[in-house]
Amino acid sequence: MKLVTAIIKPFTLDDVKSSLEQLGVLGMTVSEVQGYGRQKGHTEVYRGAEYSVDFVPKIKVEVVVDDNQVDKVLEAVVEAARTGKIGDGKVWVTPVDAVVRVRTGERGSDAL
Amino acid sequence: MNTGDTAWVLISAALVMLMTPGLAFFYGGMVRSKSVLNMLMMSFISLAVVSVLWVLYGYSLAFGNDLGAGLLGNFGNIGLKGVIGQLTGAADHQTPVLAFVMFQLMFAIITPALISGAIADRAKFWGWTLFIGLWVTIVYFPVAHWVFAFSSADGSTVGGWIANNLKALDFAGGTAVHINAGAAGLAVALVLGKRKGWPKEPMRPHNLPFVLLGAALLWFGWYGFNAGSALAANETAAVAFTTTTVATAAAVLGWLLVEQFRDGKPTTLGAASGAVAGLVAITPACAFVSPLGAIAIGVIAGALCSLAVGLKFRFGYDDSLDVVGVHLVGGLVGTLLIGFFGTTSVNSAGADGLFYGGGFSQLGKQAIAAVAVLAFSFVLTYVIAFVVNKTVGFRADEESEVAGIDEAEHAESAYEFGAFSSARGANKGSVTAGATAVLEGSNKS
Repeated sequence: MKLVTAIIKPFTLDDVKSSLEQLGVLGMTVSEVQGYGRQKGHTEVYRGAEYSVDFVPKIKVEVVVDDNQVDKVLEAVVEAARTGKIGDGKVWVTPVDAVVRVRTGERGSDAL
Repeated sequence: MNTGDTAWVLISAALVMLMTPGLAFFYGGMVRSKSVLNMLMMSFISLAVVSVLWVLYGYSLAFGNDLGAGLLGNFGNIGLKGVIGQLTGAADHQTPVLAFVMFQLMFAIITPALISGAIADRAKFWGWTLFIGLWVTIVYFPVAHWVFAFSSADGSTVGGWIANNLKALDFAGGTAVHINAGAAGLAVALVLGKRKGWPKEPMRPHNLPFVLLGAALLWFGWYGFNAGSALAANETAAVAFTTTTVATAAAVLGWLLVEQFRDGKPTTLGAASGAVAGLVAITPACAFVSPLGAIAIGVIAGALCSLAVGLKFRFGYDDSLDVVGVHLVGGLVGTLLIGFFGTTSVNSAGADGLFYGGGFSQLGKQAIAAVAVLAFSFVLTYVIAFVVNKTVGFRADEESEVAGIDEAEHAESAYEFGAFSSARGANKGSVTAGATAVLEGSNKS
């Protein structure tokens, strides 16, 4: 099993969610995060004084999927989150050793 | 007794009362989320402290019969003695003195509250509270006497020197309220010093909707402040209402245009600030200038104040929410421009300024009044703040400032950022540390 983590622009979340649903991904965890990459932050002006805001709001989407689904999930997320402009985000995959469904105690793929 | 006039004075008093909570939100939205409660409290406590002092001796010092030289009222009305049952005003327009007492109380409340913007995020609450009590006693009550206490027509009571001897014009408090609070704000900001990290660290306003809401409440309440200062439901009140409206509108435009040219974007904070700058500037002039004169005063005030708020960066004083840039500069603009735009065609009690053939005479009087109040307020405020800081303590320590003055001074936080800490310990009387400060660090550069 793999954990797919995607940092995306907040307004693309709906598209990412629906394309994952179409792939049959049954659940996901979403959090509001802040950060920056090459895009860097932006500048705000208050009463003429400029403030650079380094951390911009992003959404972090996390899904745990079977190994054979990883490529399709990656492709779907990237497709849905891409606007072609700087600041679209990143997606990465990490191995997962074990998953347990709390209610039943099922393990591995059955718990997904 | 004229019931129409009495109703207007009482309603105006209530309108001016609303300005102080309005100011609290105007200021509260501009600070960081970890200091908003303290910011609100610094205004709110003024309602409590000054109301009590006003009844005990404040009204008497400001409006009691003059002790001599027009500097201070006597103690004849201590505890509002001899006030109840008395009437004031011209023959057909008499109103209870007590209505005037309450109307003027609201001015005494908001003036020290205005100062609080200069020392956001770093004042000890009881130090501030003591400061307010001392400040109104030593600075505001005398200055209100100078400016607002008119001698009675029959000479039975004598008022202050600016109103009666100098005859400078200040309809609703450009000198007594705004120059006074602005100069005091500068003095307190200098005594307390800069906030940790200022000006390098960004200290962004945490809630601009609060700021605009507060500015709107101020604008609304200001009709009581300015039009109410006619102390009668009459033509003068209508003139003041009109000039107040149009000057404020023009100042919003003035501030936003400067922003558009300088920064490339018109901001919400700029619109709110422009409105307040316009309100401040028209305050002394509202019954003495034409509607067109009011537009000129508003545009000038909006543009000048939006430039003046940058001075603190050049000179290195942390006037956190621009009490100097808005109230001192705006107050000076309005007070001095009466010397240019004043016209007796609007109000026979006024004077003709430079543009209406009156020469420099009124301008000179206006300048003397402005400088006198500015210097008196700055020097005495500096001394009061210095003494408070050395005795009970005024400046919060660095740890409280970093953790947030709300937590350090009030053991509260304005917003619940995390749901995890919500109810634990509530029944046991023990306090569970919340997740309050977690988001605070997120805008550090």
